Amino acid sequence: MVINYLEVGIFALVAVAFVAITLAIGSLLRPKNPYANKLAPYECGEIPVGDGQVRFHIRYYIFALVFLVFDVEIIFLYPWAVVLEQLGLFGLVEMLIFLGLLVVGLVYAWRKKVLRWV
Amino acid sequence: MQLEQSLVQWVGNLYAAGLSWWTSLGIPEWVWVALMAVLKGVAVLTFLLLNVLFLIWLERKVAGRIQRRPGPMHHGPQGIFQTLFDALKLVIKEDIIPSQADKWVFITAPLVMIAPALMIWVVMPFGPDLIARDLNVGLLYVSAVSSFSILALIMAGWSSNNKWSTLGAMRSAAQMISYEIPLGLALVAVGMLAGTLSLKGIVEAQQERTWFLLLQPLGFLVFIVAATAEINRAPFNLPEAESELVAGFNTEYSGFRWGVFFVAEYANLLFMAGMAATLFLGGWSGPAFLPPFLWWLLKTYLFVFLIMWVGWTLPRIRVDQLMELGWKFLIPVGLANIALTGVFVILT
Repeated sequence: MVINYLEVGIFALVAVAFVAITLAIGSLLRPKNPYANKLAPYECGEIPVGDGQVRFHIRYYIFALVFLVFDVEIIFLYPWAVVLEQLGLFGLVEMLIFLGLLVVGLVYAWRKKVLRWV
Repeated sequence: MQLEQSLVQWVGNLYAAGLSWWTSLGIPEWVWVALMAVLKGVAVLTFLLLNVLFLIWLERKVAGRIQRRPGPMHHGPQGIFQTLFDALKLVIKEDIIPSQADKWVFITAPLVMIAPALMIWVVMPFGPDLIARDLNVGLLYVSAVSSFSILALIMAGWSSNNKWSTLGAMRSAAQMISYEIPLGLALVAVGMLAGTLSLKGIVEAQQERTWFLLLQPLGFLVFIVAATAEINRAPFNLPEAESELVAGFNTEYSGFRWGVFFVAEYANLLFMAGMAATLFLGGWSGPAFLPPFLWWLLKTYLFVFLIMWVGWTLPRIRVDQLMELGWKFLIPVGLANIALTGVFVILT
């Protein structure tokens, strides 16, 4: 069972090795001449003001929360999709009820203007 | 057709012979599988890098033609070697890590970007037997691995300690999580029709019935829009909107580290086009006058061209339009498509 997934891990290692080897080869060829201005964060040529990790809008968190609900829902759909033909009408109706509940949630978020980007 | 089949068969025989010789030495099977996986990984990586070089050239040519200029012309016929020289230049560029950056996260982010860009190709069927590993959870694997790159963007943006990077990373995270849901909904509908999540099984199901493009027009629409947004292509290229965010999450990256993001981006473009071909146009199946692999390549490049054409024709959309399109159009349509597909599967 696990043997089927060996490729997954090894492909990741191959990709990482490719980057590491190319960077190592490059380090023999490329110039190295750092100074303070070159290493400063880019701010259109000005001296940077304050920290780069700025505060961002609360909206991002709300979208992340709504995303979580729907993403988990899709995980439930995958196993159901495979066996739908064996389950027949009963399986379909059950899943439609489940989806209906989520649609209610989506409509609620929509009406509460959660989905509006400001 | 004959040549490719016999070539694949020959490699298959060699593999089986090697395996039996290996186990006769008393070394466990998984070591052999792992060694072969390294070979497969290097093969797929080489294929990808060649395609990325070609894709970047193609993109510049397509963009040029659309804007009534010739595009790169100088190196080689029609400037075909332009990206090769660009890539060499990137390798010998100075490696700059900003002094205020979080060094280790900054270095790891490109790796987190490129690793899933290669991992995702494990399940792509290039031909009847030309597949690194036909996982039975193929579609789930695709949606799981494709969401890794969000992590890389956040890591890159946050560790750069640069305002443009941070804003770009937050935007791209919001965009990619929003469009992952319609993408997943489209994938589920395809899985329902095929009755399997294995990509090989999906291609075979299309040989039995017909192209899923004809059975799944809504699902295809949702898929292609969500996929374009998921790989940050224009008109959804807000994360690196160069006219407002400099370059978004990779503002502070330069040289080869920046090149890694670029390679991963084009590899993902090729993958999404290949997925569209596999899921909706029958993948490698086609009339026998061309080998299966060439059919796959042809259909994939059809979608690559489509995505480029759309990207260079439409202007970039605003961030509020982006979110409204995702949440108020694609997700309801995706859900309705699942309900319709469910009824269709039960009736037939």
